[in-house]
Amino acid sequence: MNHILPLIVAIPLGMAVVTLLLSKAAKRIADFTAFLTTAVCLVLSFVLLGTTKTAYWMGGWYPPFGITLVFDGLTAMLLLIINSVGFLATVYSLSYMEKYTAKPKYYALFLLMVAGMNGVVLTGDLFNMFVFLEIASIASYALVGFGVEHEELEASFKYLILGTVASTMMLLGVGLTYAMTGTVNMADASRMLMSMPATRTMAFAAGAFIMGFSLKSGLVPFHAWLPDAHPSAPAPISAMLSGVLIKALGVYAMARVIFDVLGAQPIYLNIMITLGAISMVVGGFLAIGQWDFKRMLAYSSISQIGYVVIALGLGTHLGFIAGLFHMFNHSSFKSLLFLSSGSIEHSTGTKNLRRLGGLGTKLPVTSSSTAVGALSISGIPPFNGFFSKMLIILACVQAQRWVLAALAAGVSVITLVYFLKAMRYSIFGELPKAQEKIKEVPFPMAFSLITLSVICLGIGIAFLVSPTFGDAILKPAADVLMDGLKNNASSYISTVLGG
Amino acid sequence: MNFKEMTRSDTLGMTVVVKTIARLVMSFILLFGLYIVLYGHLTPGGGFAGGVIIAIGYVLLVLAFGGKVALNKLSNFWASMWDNLGALSFVCITFLGLTGGYFATNFVAHGTPGELLSAGTIPLSNIAIGIKVGASLYAILIGLSIYGRIVTEED
Amino acid sequence: MIGHSSLYIMDIALLGMGLYAIIAKRHVIKKIIGVAIVEYAINLFLILIGYRMDGIAPIQAEGMTSAEFAKMAVDPLPQALVLTSIVIGLGTLALMASQAIKLYEKYKTFDMSEINRLRG
Repeated sequence: MNHILPLIVAIPLGMAVVTLLLSKAAKRIADFTAFLTTAVCLVLSFVLLGTTKTAYWMGGWYPPFGITLVFDGLTAMLLLIINSVGFLATVYSLSYMEKYTAKPKYYALFLLMVAGMNGVVLTGDLFNMFVFLEIASIASYALVGFGVEHEELEASFKYLILGTVASTMMLLGVGLTYAMTGTVNMADASRMLMSMPATRTMAFAAGAFIMGFSLKSGLVPFHAWLPDAHPSAPAPISAMLSGVLIKALGVYAMARVIFDVLGAQPIYLNIMITLGAISMVVGGFLAIGQWDFKRMLAYSSISQIGYVVIALGLGTHLGFIAGLFHMFNHSSFKSLLFLSSGSIEHSTGTKNLRRLGGLGTKLPVTSSSTAVGALSISGIPPFNGFFSKMLIILACVQAQRWVLAALAAGVSVITLVYFLKAMRYSIFGELPKAQEKIKEVPFPMAFSLITLSVICLGIGIAFLVSPTFGDAILKPAADVLMDGLKNNASSYISTVLGG
Repeated sequence: MNFKEMTRSDTLGMTVVVKTIARLVMSFILLFGLYIVLYGHLTPGGGFAGGVIIAIGYVLLVLAFGGKVALNKLSNFWASMWDNLGALSFVCITFLGLTGGYFATNFVAHGTPGELLSAGTIPLSNIAIGIKVGASLYAILIGLSIYGRIVTEED
Repeated sequence: MIGHSSLYIMDIALLGMGLYAIIAKRHVIKKIIGVAIVEYAINLFLILIGYRMDGIAPIQAEGMTSAEFAKMAVDPLPQALVLTSIVIGLGTLALMASQAIKLYEKYKTFDMSEINRLRG
């Protein structure tokens, strides 16, 4: 039995409380404990990369009586994403959060959010997933409104109300699944649901689940909170929200429930493709007219998550690999872009594109990382965005959906358009008179920016040169989804119940 | 001034009748909350419900005597300290379950069902949760009512 | 007597009322009350799933065999789920109330249609 699995959830949870306790003695201790905790979680998630599929029975209770933690390929990939972006955001906020008061409470909420996300991807029980989803969501509601100014409070209130309604819809789905099968364990419910004919209750439960998770991942028409919440949060929290939270709580949960528990009927996949296509187009068009840099990045997130959901909804092996690879890449370049927008705001004091200009001469690190992020997301080789977008278009063509492939290629051109606009107004051009004396960002912020840029470039080149990345990380994750689609999730069920 | 003078005084808090009864009833409320926490594995209730009742005992003090008197009895610092200690002891109980083989096992000896001292770690978890919920609900209500005053009506 | 299915219909009507309050009312406090009504409607739905008409509470009395107990008691698992859900609802409600206080302090109004600095 692998005891690391519950530790990777319990350590951030415990250290959040210890941080608050120790910081009553001295304020600087909070920095140290948060850094140590996220570093330990990152190391543990790397250690877990090599292990095979296991299930862990909490408290010694056999399933379906107790809560089980399940570890397979999809979980491994998501744990890697969550903990690495969490570690880099913590390093960044060592110096960025100096201008806010109450730094220990920030670290406590941040560690609670990381613990909640780790719990969502690890658990094998539907109601436990709801509890961890609520832990991560409530921590993020409080973190969005952290600097209590006018706009942060408004954005946080809207996010709160919409997010609570979405979680309630998910709980409705859990209740309906319990009514149909008599258990909340995912593997047990999956075994019973796959052998029943399709009833209206199953369709109702699927609709409730899809509605709840689409709001958490920001698909149109449930996206109304995203363009307000992501710009108003402090920059490392925007990176966590847009880079990890909408994937771990939204896309992963939707994929796990639809493919492994409910049995992916073609109607659910068609719904996913429709929502994804609408988000892709609407997000892209709305981002062109934005003059606030972070708001433009938020609309761009809506568009890219549309890409991921289309690829997952196609139902072919190439589609799964393309969607998961784009999810991985999006977390790296979107967090890079949000962190560099935070650096721009830290140095110049504004994020309005009309008032910026000529940063390429004065701030080398910030402007080069912005350029790397913008080129990656637009799909320029040899950065990683090019390969994942190409795979998505190829998967659409292979599944003979010509309209989707044309839309994906068209929105990719639109992405290039608005990022070129952002680069021209921020990096090139001339420096306004009021910003003659700006300096480069301090070392912790620069460290995170440079590491993420190296990851963006490195993943692209590694994918081109050798197939080890794809075989080690992407293929096991795609196999999990394929197993759910074709084999009625027999491999998942045997991991939990048979072993 | 001590509680007797505070009860007789006309200007502090509510009327004399309310203050006298609040002083008497508060200890019974705390005792009742403690009963619900301790017998949580036998009767309905448990950690959360008992914690809410313990918090209500202190909130009665806020309502009858005013915020400053309640903060003298249980200050902001000590409320958050008890909150953190309760959560920390709950996490420690689940970590210590590793000694029984798995995470969060019931590793203390189970007694006979139906007695007060039985069911392993469940009463210990109930006590930790009761302390945590009581302290944090009290801190929330103090924060909303006294510190959350709108700036225009400061007194 | 009120049948089991009409209880479900009344519960879904409660959910609809809560959603109406969130969408149609402009006052911030009324929206918060709407969210609370939606949460309580879902908790009631979970308990109704495990309910049995004329059943007893799930406590095994002296001298009752396990088979009789299983035939007469209501289901205790949804009750444990609902207990957790009520606590989560309490935490969310506390967060919403403190944000309403801060919103009034900054914007000087409780009308949601005037709190719209973020648009576009």
